[in-house]
Amino acid sequence: MRHRVAGRKLNRTTSHRMAMLRNMVTSLIVHERIRTTDAKAKEVRRLAEKMITLGKRGDLHARRQALAVVRGRQVVRKLFDELADRYREVQGGYTRIMKLGPRRGDGAMVSLVELVQPQGSKKKTAKRKGKKEASAKTKKAPSTPQAQEAKGKSAPA
Amino acid sequence: MAVPKRRQSRTRRDKRRSHDHLTPPGISLCPQCNEPKAPHRVCPSCGFYKGREVIESK
Repeated sequence: MRHRVAGRKLNRTTSHRMAMLRNMVTSLIVHERIRTTDAKAKEVRRLAEKMITLGKRGDLHARRQALAVVRGRQVVRKLFDELADRYREVQGGYTRIMKLGPRRGDGAMVSLVELVQPQGSKKKTAKRKGKKEASAKTKKAPSTPQAQEAKGKSAPA
Repeated sequence: MAVPKRRQSRTRRDKRRSHDHLTPPGISLCPQCNEPKAPHRVCPSCGFYKGREVIESK
């Protein structure tokens, strides 16, 4: 049974693996986008999402926990100021993995990990509503006075 | 030592090999540049994925 065995070992000892993942998470936060193998990308994603959650928590304990992983105070500062603010309205899914294909040399599957640029949450819900309801009336409705009402309602809440 | 009594017929040999074929790789066409590309992968020729994402262009 493969129960309670989350994560990948990536053919490394624990210390080697953690050192590598710390480097990669730091690079991801600094450059917003990194290129690695598929397996490493999926492991970095786990750590990176946790770091951003720490950043959103924003307290001193969270900052120290982040510093235990992310290398460099400047990078942690970016995590807690810039990224925490960017993902304030987003609940998870801060990263995106796009597969690029096999690498020349060893044929390893390579993918791109990047920090997602959040679109306004209004935009997404509008799109989904448009698809689900699929009627012309509901699509037109948000652009008329009703939209302003909706904004007024959502603002106090 | 145990040893085969009869040479295996062409039919039996070929039947055994009927499952030995390779499966062709899945290929889809890039909606952006119409070049063939691997499904669920960024297009290697134009760098597009899911309509808008320009990853890299060479």
